[in-house]
Amino acid sequence: MRRYEVVFVLAPTLAEEEVEQQIETFSGVAVEMGAEIVDVDKWGKRRLAFPVKKHSEGYYTILSLHETEAAAVSELERRFKVNDAVIRFLTVRVDEDLKRAEQFERRREARQKRRGARAQATASTTTEESAEA
Amino acid sequence: MVRRKKFCKMCVGKYYFDYKDARFLSQFITENGKIIPRRITGACAPCQRKVTTAIKRARHLALLPYVRR
Repeated sequence: MRRYEVVFVLAPTLAEEEVEQQIETFSGVAVEMGAEIVDVDKWGKRRLAFPVKKHSEGYYTILSLHETEAAAVSELERRFKVNDAVIRFLTVRVDEDLKRAEQFERRREARQKRRGARAQATASTTTEESAEA
Repeated sequence: MVRRKKFCKMCVGKYYFDYKDARFLSQFITENGKIIPRRITGACAPCQRKVTTAIKRARHLALLPYVRR
């Protein structure tokens, strides 16, 4: 199953309720098309680094989803393109990165454990030597 | 003069570089918004690659500038 992060930026001209409503509809579409929503991260209004479609601010929202049907993300993207309120969007597939990051963490932990064991071993030998002397 | 070997400070306990973390990524761009080359930062190739894609994604979302004069 593929894991995606879908980020979209809504125009600052919308009222708060309208923003909520848009987010609702988009997540509704995702669920309808066979995706499972893991997390919705609303950043709220944020300044843009440069003007986009003459707007200098935007409402950022990040949908994390598990896609079970391949159509969900493409349908969302189609809707983003059609919808004038969406000024920017980006979809990133994150499942492999997450998996690799986890592997990396595990390997690092194992390495640290080994290093700790070695440090202890050397510490014990030195104390023995000093006892002999 | 012997120059100290540069080390990759990017991959200290880190694997994935988040494109949403604009503040973190801004360490790796110049005042003008350019990506700082590896030859200057001493980053390892995998990290530089990941940081570069992250910066490009952040730029698309207007989290980081393409140019800042």
